Amino acid sequence: MSLVLYRIDDRLIHGQVVVGWGQRLGIGFIVLVDDGVRANVWEQELYRMGVPPAIDVVFTGVGEAAGRAAEWAADPRKGILLTGDVETMAAVCAALPEVRQVNVGGIHAREGRTERLRYVFLTEAEAARLKALADRGVEVTAQDVPTARPVPVAELL
Amino acid sequence: MSERLTGVVVAHSELAASLLAAVSAIAGDDTGLVAVSNTGCDRAALLAGLDAAIGGRPAVVFTDMAGGSCAFTAAALARGRGDVRVVTGVNLAMLVDFAFHRDLPVAEAAQRAVETGRTAVGLVGK
Repeated sequence: MSLVLYRIDDRLIHGQVVVGWGQRLGIGFIVLVDDGVRANVWEQELYRMGVPPAIDVVFTGVGEAAGRAAEWAADPRKGILLTGDVETMAAVCAALPEVRQVNVGGIHAREGRTERLRYVFLTEAEAARLKALADRGVEVTAQDVPTARPVPVAELL
Repeated sequence: MSERLTGVVVAHSELAASLLAAVSAIAGDDTGLVAVSNTGCDRAALLAGLDAAIGGRPAVVFTDMAGGSCAFTAAALARGRGDVRVVTGVNLAMLVDFAFHRDLPVAEAAQRAVETGRTAVGLVGK
């Protein structure tokens, strides 16, 4: 089945991902693309502890993602690919042209960002990156949990 | 006499504040408990809020869900700190009991909270 959800979420692996989306989609693995976590074995152990044993977690860096895409595509299970920010997801999309949809799941308040939705705050640069993805044909929507309305990127700009 | 323990409840939405209100209704106001919500927080903001709530004191951090952002953040903060312990799956019974046992060493208080919380979960009737 391979990857069925490409999500930007600055909390990375947490309840909404594992329970909310994971149970709804019936996932078997999570790919976390984050250079910081990739380099931190202790943090990896922490995230593994929070995921049911039946779900594998793959920690990878931006530079490695393209080289492992075939492996994930061949996986018979469903998977979620996660990044912690827009920039990393844009890099993933550049490396993996098969990405056709991006889910903005949670980007929280920080200096320089303005509120677009209750759970989405963006700088102008981040908004422009999302628009650029959409202009290239990627369907970008914001949706924190599966039961929420998918909000088109145009409503975030 | 050593410093009495602080308890920090960190949870989704308004759960922590509501639990503290319930504890106060049962145990009075001197509970030593502080509430932190993860609403609107990324990992860095939640870490900063939790760190401020602990305030450098010996503390037991109670989180709502193992595997959630609150638990991850608490575990990251407690790493390497012998005076902070993290308990997941917070419930009212363990918080009320904690309020009356804040003179215990932090590790003992955390273990007691786990056991009290487990005991409080059960099936009523058939």
